[in-house]
Amino acid sequence: MKQEEINDSSRRDFLKTAAVATVAATTCGSLACSCGSKETEQAASSEKVKLLSPDGQIVEIDSSYIQAHHHHASVVSSAEARNGIPGRKFVMVIDLARCKNARKCVSACQKMHHLPEEKEWLSIKLMKDNETSAPYWFPKTCFHCDNPPCVKVCPVNATFKRQDGLVLIDNERCIGCKFCMAACPYSTRVFNWEEPKQDLDLRDMVATPETSVPSKVGTVEKCDFCPDMARQGLLPDCVSACPNGVFYFGDENEDAVTNGDETVSFTELIRDRSGYRYMEDLGTKPRVYYLPPKDRQFPVERGYDNLPDDLKARFKDVMEEGKK
Amino acid sequence: MQLNSFQQKAFDEQRSHIEKFGRRSWAWTIFFLLWIIVGGYALYLQIADGHIVTGMRDNVVWGLYIANFIFFIGISYAGAVISGILHILKVEWRKPIIRIAEMITVIATMIGPIFILLCVGRLDRLHHLILYPRLQSPITWDVFAITTYFTGSVIFLYLALIKDFAIYRDAKLKVPKWRQKLYKVLAIGYRGTPSQNKHIAISTNLMAIIIVPLAIIVHSVLSWIFGMTLRPGWHSTIFGPYFVLAAIYSGTGVLIMVMWVYRKMYKLYDYILDKHFIYLGYIMLVLGAAYGYFTFSEYLTDWFGSEKWNSEVIHKLFSFSEYGWWFLFANVAGILFPMFIVAFPKTRKPGWIAIASFFMVIALWVKRYLIIVPTLESPLLPMQDTRLEYVKYSPTWVEWALTFAGIATFFLGFILLSKFVTIVPISEFETKEKVEEKTIVPGTEIAQA
Repeated sequence: MKQEEINDSSRRDFLKTAAVATVAATTCGSLACSCGSKETEQAASSEKVKLLSPDGQIVEIDSSYIQAHHHHASVVSSAEARNGIPGRKFVMVIDLARCKNARKCVSACQKMHHLPEEKEWLSIKLMKDNETSAPYWFPKTCFHCDNPPCVKVCPVNATFKRQDGLVLIDNERCIGCKFCMAACPYSTRVFNWEEPKQDLDLRDMVATPETSVPSKVGTVEKCDFCPDMARQGLLPDCVSACPNGVFYFGDENEDAVTNGDETVSFTELIRDRSGYRYMEDLGTKPRVYYLPPKDRQFPVERGYDNLPDDLKARFKDVMEEGKK
Repeated sequence: MQLNSFQQKAFDEQRSHIEKFGRRSWAWTIFFLLWIIVGGYALYLQIADGHIVTGMRDNVVWGLYIANFIFFIGISYAGAVISGILHILKVEWRKPIIRIAEMITVIATMIGPIFILLCVGRLDRLHHLILYPRLQSPITWDVFAITTYFTGSVIFLYLALIKDFAIYRDAKLKVPKWRQKLYKVLAIGYRGTPSQNKHIAISTNLMAIIIVPLAIIVHSVLSWIFGMTLRPGWHSTIFGPYFVLAAIYSGTGVLIMVMWVYRKMYKLYDYILDKHFIYLGYIMLVLGAAYGYFTFSEYLTDWFGSEKWNSEVIHKLFSFSEYGWWFLFANVAGILFPMFIVAFPKTRKPGWIAIASFFMVIALWVKRYLIIVPTLESPLLPMQDTRLEYVKYSPTWVEWALTFAGIATFFLGFILLSKFVTIVPISEFETKEKVEEKTIVPGTEIAQA
């Protein structure tokens, strides 16, 4: 009985924060912002900015409402960051039917984590399962596996699994042996092969596994599901940046996921839309689910034709094979 | 210490090698030091600029270095297993060659781990391995296994050296004072009393029994760095024994090569005999056959099963536009060639066997490269990357420089050690009769002498 009450109240909490996040996302589009905070209200200017909301509408808002940076406000201690957020079990659902390779998730992720353009924690692949099947866009985050091969092989406990399901990296602990990179079957992890090209003022920040900022040379990093945002009740940057609501993020304990636009039951979504986990047979138990690209909202070419040449080159082989 | 006539002869003939550091030795020392200096500069660049100076990138996260690591730990098996097993089996003819075998072990075991350190991005955090060790990581197993193995190998080599140190101590060698003192310390008061002999014999037996399983553990654990992952070409149940076998095999090859070089250079024809090459050749033949069997069974199952990911790696190994030629070389020079050389009496000669060993050792290095790189170039998800260096690994000069610095360190280690102790152990020739009867093939130079 008591357990139910706790669950109930935490469910309400989550929905409330999710709703806030939804508002944030709908009004601010691809930029995480601090809507309603006093400082920004006082500094209101007359400059207006046009933004795209997840339902495809153009909204115009005051530029002072936009805060360009993912704010790492909730810097928690390293010990707390290893433990995780109590009672949570984060989960992501990626709706392949909605993805058109708009790449807003990629750029938002890079912006918010201060990554250079060539470093993609979140990447979009063009998948073609076999000769007959049609190609589809496949956004790939870290899967935050429940049986993570990367965590198993780490010799110094620099990468670890938290009670809320996240797999994070302590880049102050990492010795850079890259064993986790060899062990990850999904090529999720990236290495700082040289001194990261980041703003100098970032370097003074205290790095915790929750913020993954600043990057450190000779260490491994990857998609972290933005746990510092979760602490503030906000959605990961890729989720709120997506113009098509491809990403649903939420809490398995509460059975609720949201793409910033709608909040739905996680189990119902997976059941009704035949959700699956990528390469289930590897036994890694990913925390990211995919909804198959059925009844697609966009033809696959929509994500290809307007790409700059260097990006086009990535997908050229698959696109040409598809046309044959 | 009283030397018998055969020991006296062996000592007199080798005395000059440890007394003098000739011009030729200096030349080689400087030559190898130059290589090491170039390697040192490469290492400086790698530490200062980061691993960006290597050819490794996010897909191929390991390259030459890890291949060298497996290679050097592999050849270290010469002493550990060959000398260890021959000791346990009380094979008499082993005696003139055990020193070389154990020297290979100690030197190679010192060089191998340096290469895994070169793969580490943050050398300044190595103490984390001790501060925050995680037992479930195969790297932690490796740290324990290799340090134990190295300690064991040094003890094994040392036990076989004590009696020789006593001989050097008593012989009043024309060497600097510090070296005379060092011999004295290292001989730990050995006088040849029955009780001392008994203790050395028991300790050596024990170490031989310990070192063999220890060596098996080391290479198994090493193979599990790969075997424990879910990558095609790595995730194989036979990787443990396969690696152990390849290691002993390559160790035998290096042993034959070093024997050949020293026999020629130091004119040790009276001690390192043709039959040593032939016997080791037979061992090489058997190991080669077993290694070939493992290779065949590994690739046949992957190819026949034709699982998607395995097929991709197999395809890379078989197609001549990718690694086909290397794969062919690794198997022809690494398996067939040495077997044929030893199988035919016409080529069953020291020179031929040494040449076969030389190619086999290179082929086994190539094989290690082929285990590492093609798999890492075949991730389960499509790479879809336009940066060529991320798609295809090609080692940079920094990696090659450090690789050659490693090889140079191996040679330099040999030069220095062979100027400190005799290449052929003197004390092992315990009685002249025994030596003539069991060590010397009738008709060779010594029997006539």
